[in-house]
Amino acid sequence: MNKAGKYLPWGIAGLAIWWLVYRSLAPVAAWLTYSLLGMTPGSHLAVAVEFFVFESPKVLMLLTLIVFGVGIIRSFFTPERTRRILSGKSEFAGNVLAALLGIVTPFCSCSAVPLFIGFVTTGVPLGVTFSFLVSSPMVNEVALVLLFGLFGWKVAAIYMGMGLVIAIVSGWIMGRLRMEKHVEDWVYETKLGDAGPEEVPDWPERIRLGLDAVKDIVGRVWLYVLIGIGVGAGIHGYVPENFMASIMGKGAWWSVPLAVLIGVPMYSNAAGIIPIVQALLGKGAALGTVLAFMMAVIALSLPEAIILRKVLKPRLLAVFFGVVAIGIMAVGYLFNIMM
Amino acid sequence: MLKIQILGTGCPKCKTLMANTEAAAKALGIEAQIEKVEKIQDIMKFGVMTTPALVVDGQVKSAGKVLNVDEIKKHLT
Repeated sequence: MNKAGKYLPWGIAGLAIWWLVYRSLAPVAAWLTYSLLGMTPGSHLAVAVEFFVFESPKVLMLLTLIVFGVGIIRSFFTPERTRRILSGKSEFAGNVLAALLGIVTPFCSCSAVPLFIGFVTTGVPLGVTFSFLVSSPMVNEVALVLLFGLFGWKVAAIYMGMGLVIAIVSGWIMGRLRMEKHVEDWVYETKLGDAGPEEVPDWPERIRLGLDAVKDIVGRVWLYVLIGIGVGAGIHGYVPENFMASIMGKGAWWSVPLAVLIGVPMYSNAAGIIPIVQALLGKGAALGTVLAFMMAVIALSLPEAIILRKVLKPRLLAVFFGVVAIGIMAVGYLFNIMM
Repeated sequence: MLKIQILGTGCPKCKTLMANTEAAAKALGIEAQIEKVEKIQDIMKFGVMTTPALVVDGQVKSAGKVLNVDEIKKHLT
């Protein structure tokens, strides 16, 4: 804790500077648009330009701060530790815990197979493992920050809530279905070796991990974010509202299943899908439909099916995709009805 | 001679770790036998759940991270 204290003043100073810059983005964007570029207030172009020069740095700053923070939090949660926590947990509580740990445990879909084997061979129930596998890619900090920055905290909170419910319930159902025998036989015969004691990182190391996360994630997604905001700016200034309302609005009952069916095979990270979300929402598509589409794209994909096929027999794989897809449809509908 | 193993199922990150490890061994002038472990059953024997992982003389040095050349050097000396 002493060591952490050494970094505290720096952290506070950094946050203060961050906050000052963040607060001045709106006036600077207005000044740029109307004074420097001399645009006419109220014109379509001016509205679009102001939107873009305000939103881009805003979202990138939010992203940087949160990714850094989550990077540090993640240094406390290794997959090995999560496995130990979940091992031998009872079903429902285990599903809840797995969905929550999915948010903070560092995990990349390329490690899905070793992680799956590591979990199920050391006493983590199959359904609980599925809860983790659903929540981990779907409910992540990049998705939440982008939704918060572009559509407000309510949309971000709804997405997070919906994601957790889907992860918990679909994992629980998978557990109830007792499909252990549909896991490839060799999986349970695999012995998880002992990796030896884990190195516990010190604070300089944790901060470095946070910075690495920023470099890696922000470096990968900034372009998508700018495209997303650009699309948003274009819609903001020009496209007539309710353009999509007839196809993807609340009135079209088939829009939710269709959005999910299109989204399931597609593969994209949270950032890549944001431009599309921006465009659909801006044109009057219903929020539940759009979030269902986004979840289907992020949580399930053809590449993931191919990876998981190594450890799951076809029937279990199909049931897994089916249960999660139906769960996404259900919350999409529910949400459209409630709003 | 040092025995270095890179665990990973062939994702791009694993290839980067392999290249960095080769560079690190070369920079240190260490004679090392570097091999890839790609079979999932063999990877699991090391108790590793996240790839890529670096194993030196049978000991897991890191998992789930692409170490840079300097970080690998520390594990080799």
